[in-house]
Amino acid sequence: MAKRSAPEVNAGSMADIAFLLLIFFLVTTTIETDSGISRKLPPWQPEDVEPPVIKQRNIFTVQVNSNNELLVEDEEMELSELREAAVEFLDNGAGTGDEACSFCQGPKDPNSSVNPQKAIISLQNNRGTEYGTYIAVQNELVAAYNQLRDREAQRMYGMSFTQMEKNFNDPQYTGDKDALKEKIDVIQDMIPQKLSEAEPKS
Amino acid sequence: MSKFKKKKSGELPAISTASLPDIVFMLLFFFMVATVMRQNTLMVQNTLPFADQVEKLDKKDLIMYIYAGKPSQRYQAKYGTEARIQLNDKFASVEEVQKFIYSERESKREELVPYLTTALKVDEETNMGLVSDIKQELRKAEALKINYTTVVGDAMRNVE
Repeated sequence: MAKRSAPEVNAGSMADIAFLLLIFFLVTTTIETDSGISRKLPPWQPEDVEPPVIKQRNIFTVQVNSNNELLVEDEEMELSELREAAVEFLDNGAGTGDEACSFCQGPKDPNSSVNPQKAIISLQNNRGTEYGTYIAVQNELVAAYNQLRDREAQRMYGMSFTQMEKNFNDPQYTGDKDALKEKIDVIQDMIPQKLSEAEPKS
Repeated sequence: MSKFKKKKSGELPAISTASLPDIVFMLLFFFMVATVMRQNTLMVQNTLPFADQVEKLDKKDLIMYIYAGKPSQRYQAKYGTEARIQLNDKFASVEEVQKFIYSERESKREELVPYLTTALKVDEETNMGLVSDIKQELRKAEALKINYTTVVGDAMRNVE
């Protein structure tokens, strides 16, 4: 018998198999980056430390109860009005002398905040509040800060604050990052995000 | 002499596709490497709330994930429908959050520890009581940088 040579394996379908796998991975890949609202928690403090005294006029209390209803400065409010109310509070600028606010455009109501550096938004929730509502409220309050910051950044540097931050975090941005950082710091200093998340009252 | 018959020179030679598998495999390997598989199998329901004032979370290796929500359908018989915390593939109690943070820190290089962020992936129907408990534990563990992970969208949709 003549020695039979092993038949060559046809590799023509190899490409098909590889394509199949490739398409599977293409479809299943989600190159996702998570995004969310970043917050910094206050450091843990022993119970017996007295909290610092803050004037009532500089505190903007937002309470959310277990039925997901809003109580802002002891008055009921719809979520859609919260942003505007927060901006008005922060932008009030009723301070005089040392506490005067040079850029505020608010109504200078003597019962509201003196300037954005002093103003504090206090967010209180109930243990029964739904997380979705809580996030919506947080979102509105952050939006209020961003709105003011955008306005001031636009006035001082001709660019919105969110754009500045976006450029700063963009690795492909070609401009001067140090100068940009300085501008961002100035704005953050003018309008600091003082948002206190109190422990819930049952 | 017919064995050495010359080919007719008028025909175009067929393009060799022998290297096609190689090219495709190269692409395949790229996608296999770039794919990030989910680190944890979710055991809780996890519909994230919407928000539009968001920041991106880059650097995936510097994030600790804490999930919370009602147990998924198939675990409900065993664990009930009360919202629970999930850490690393299993349900955990509130007290275990601190331990989890410490062990996560242990596994990271020392100079990276201050940049660690905790991402809270909480179902939108969870009560704030549980979230507050987690936050208190994080404060005790000095993991102060947190991020409420959300889906980008209009926040008003949360309250509907």
